[in-house]
Amino acid sequence: MKKILALAALACACVAHPLALAQEEEPRLEAAPIDPRDLTSLQAGARTFVNYCLNCHSASLMRYSKLEDIGLTEPEIKDNLLFTGEKIGDVMNVAMPRKEAKEWFGAAPPDLSVIGRSRSADWLYTYLRGFYRDPSRPTGWNNVVYPNVAMPHVLWQLQGQQVLERAPAKGAEEKGEARKEEAEPAPAKLKLAVPGRLTPVEYDVIVRDLVNYLVWMSEPEARVRKRVGVVVVFFLGILVVLTYALYKEFWKDVH
Amino acid sequence: MAVIEVDKKPVTGAGPFNGVLTWIDRRFPLVSMWREHAADYWAPKNFNFWYYFGSLALLVLVIQIVTGIFLTMNYKPDAKEAFASVEYIMREVNWGWWIRYMHSTGASFFFICVYLHMFRGLLYGSYRRPRELVWMVGMLIFLSLMAEAFFGYLLPWGQMSYWGAQVIVNLFDAIPVIGPKLAIWIRGDYVVSDATLNRFFAFHVIAVPLVLLGLVVAHLLALHEVGSNNPDGIDIKGRDPKTGHPIDSVAFHPYYTVKDSFGASVFLVIFFVVVFFLPEMGGYFLESNNFIPADPLKTPPHIAPVWYFTPFYSILRATTDNFVYFGLIPGVVLLALAIIVTVPRTAVRVSVAVLAALLLAGFLGFEAKVWGVVLMGVSVLIYFFLPWLDRSPVRSIRYKGPFYKIALALFVVAFFMLGYLGTQPVSTGRTVLAQVCTAVYFLFFAVMPWYSRFDKTQPEPERVTWK
Amino acid sequence: MSDSPETNRGRRKIIALTAAAGGAAAVTGAIPLVASMLPSEKAKALGAPVEFDLSEVPPGTKATVEWRGQPVWVLHRTKEMLDDIKKDDDKVADPKSERNKDLTPQYARNEFRSIKPEYLVVVGICTHLGCSPQDRLQSGSEPFDPSWAGGFYCPCHGSLFDLAGRVYKNKPAPFNLRVPPYTYLSDNKILIGEDKVKKG
Repeated sequence: MKKILALAALACACVAHPLALAQEEEPRLEAAPIDPRDLTSLQAGARTFVNYCLNCHSASLMRYSKLEDIGLTEPEIKDNLLFTGEKIGDVMNVAMPRKEAKEWFGAAPPDLSVIGRSRSADWLYTYLRGFYRDPSRPTGWNNVVYPNVAMPHVLWQLQGQQVLERAPAKGAEEKGEARKEEAEPAPAKLKLAVPGRLTPVEYDVIVRDLVNYLVWMSEPEARVRKRVGVVVVFFLGILVVLTYALYKEFWKDVH
Repeated sequence: MAVIEVDKKPVTGAGPFNGVLTWIDRRFPLVSMWREHAADYWAPKNFNFWYYFGSLALLVLVIQIVTGIFLTMNYKPDAKEAFASVEYIMREVNWGWWIRYMHSTGASFFFICVYLHMFRGLLYGSYRRPRELVWMVGMLIFLSLMAEAFFGYLLPWGQMSYWGAQVIVNLFDAIPVIGPKLAIWIRGDYVVSDATLNRFFAFHVIAVPLVLLGLVVAHLLALHEVGSNNPDGIDIKGRDPKTGHPIDSVAFHPYYTVKDSFGASVFLVIFFVVVFFLPEMGGYFLESNNFIPADPLKTPPHIAPVWYFTPFYSILRATTDNFVYFGLIPGVVLLALAIIVTVPRTAVRVSVAVLAALLLAGFLGFEAKVWGVVLMGVSVLIYFFLPWLDRSPVRSIRYKGPFYKIALALFVVAFFMLGYLGTQPVSTGRTVLAQVCTAVYFLFFAVMPWYSRFDKTQPEPERVTWK
Repeated sequence: MSDSPETNRGRRKIIALTAAAGGAAAVTGAIPLVASMLPSEKAKALGAPVEFDLSEVPPGTKATVEWRGQPVWVLHRTKEMLDDIKKDDDKVADPKSERNKDLTPQYARNEFRSIKPEYLVVVGICTHLGCSPQDRLQSGSEPFDPSWAGGFYCPCHGSLFDLAGRVYKNKPAPFNLRVPPYTYLSDNKILIGEDKVKKG
């Protein structure tokens, strides 16, 4: 029995590893330095979200009153985050109608309620810092994480304007050698061409807080879930000990 | 009019409940059912780790039904509202997130328990005579479970839900002649739509659960009729003269009720660790693409079924034209020849020859796509035939020879490999590997009548091995 | 076999302990399921208190505001109406609203059943079987009362209520009209659905 399992495991390991390496090209993502327990960060992210994102995106599964879970009081929400006559019990809908949005942008801005679950935090963090000027696009902006995205760089005034710099491709200038089929492109780098209102470090903080908020908004119950989990698993552990004692007690009789 | 009271002895041993139970017992077989299936059901005493998974599967079934009922209180089976209603449950229904995670985790754990439970059958020959019917009812449960999971997965109406359903229903489209009409009938529309969602909801919530419950009852009744197998695969002998019960056995209650309650509590720890700390399980239990609402106009780049379907999905994808020409055709020819040579009965020889000829015509006549669907179906249905494919003189792997042990090891490796490959996008290298594993998978069954007969078995012990 | 009293006592203790722990686990598991059936955040948001501007109700008229799916009447009473109410003390079954304390909060257990006499705020649902009574605000002779001083008439089974929402004697309805929780946010604005305003 053990021999079968060992053989099976070894075979799987031998074959799986080289296959895993043969993944297709994915953009390299930077780790998002978010701390889900930092309420100040979450509140700052909520402010950025309501001020910049809700103009085009909806978050129609998120109720304003839920913001109380990250430490905001009802008056704070009413005074600072409700703009167009919503009540605190309303959901974060957007005025822009979907059909028009698709016409204007080419794609309707997706609802962001669970964007932190369909995209990882790292993806969002790299994306929001990965816009660069591209005159060939209708919005004038492109993105290293999401090529040819229809979204413009909404936060450009804060970050400034980046451009994409490509170093000359390796091996393309060698003479007398057979040219390789595809000269390996050197990785393109983003450079800040025009500074914005914030320094790069300050901008990264804004994005970090926004991503923190987006992840929180995608699953507001995550903190409660983990806290309850600790208690539940602990008590189930006690149940394991008791049922084991019971089992052994009865099976003493069996010879 | 004289009332004829059933002449039964009063119930004893239940303390203050003796009176009530006696009253019930004279009108309903409650106490006799309890005795027959628990207090006086004698099972071998040497059950090991592999024997937990039957009762655990039953526990998961109960969890799924209870959480399912509470989900149905708030879920809306309408294409416009389904996705939002699931998030409503997650955010706004009190403890809704807990109920939802229990149900999604339960679905995956159901398959883990059922696969391990089936593997126990392979290890110890639990499908052998006289338990063929237990095994076949179990296979029907497995099929129903796959249907239940498939219908349920459409309900959140995410991208994977939608496109997974679209792809699978299109499989039926591949059936020659009746396929397209059949697919439209299943969907209730030309593509997966609100009509499909509503009927899958009806199947998932009531139709298949009723079937599942009936089959589980049948499964247990069939088992209790012939008695349980054990890791040594031997029959526990006649009655012990001292106790009157089968030798080397214990009463299910209290011995296996307490043992299974221990098993259940260990299981619940693992289950709740996942529910509370790892509900997405890296995208295998809850896929990230499914947090995007279904978009009929945009197919996601990689569609893969949920992990528990991937081995069979792999087999489907592996069946290319090459595989049909260089794998299936020689395979069928060799198998037919082997049967014709070794089985002396003319009726068998003729029918095998005819069947093989028809299959060859089919391989050359229909596209590989059709045979992919067929092969995927056969890969599940072939388990039904195990009781008759296994011709070993012994039941349990403990006493089988090296052929069976190697064959089972290769089968396990192939199964896991197919499962992994099913999660990955297609590539030439991966397709070849999947084809090799598919071949191994089927050869395990196809060659079993021969290697199980000619294996060098060990003598079975007289009594069960017990520390 | 272990049948000695020692073993039996030990066995019983473990069984009891494990059963208790298992029972506790089962109850703890059942509580969230039961709680999930209580009103969700959405239901609570829909049932949230409603603000109403009193300047929308001219004297002698009545406005209807929806709160929790129910019609809440805001009646702006004139001085004559307030005088007429006093005349009905003998006609009504429960002049001091003592019958069902839940229906009349402390601040409405007065002569006019309201915080300020000019504005009556009641739930416009007959306390018999739930129909919404009709306005009969003008005093004068009516088929159901020759000396009618103004109030409400329920067409379903004939119950009558005066201008303070008090039910007449010998009618099918047992109680006065319910006064919902409400409070004044300012001289001209009331909040229906809440007694006290949360301080920020």
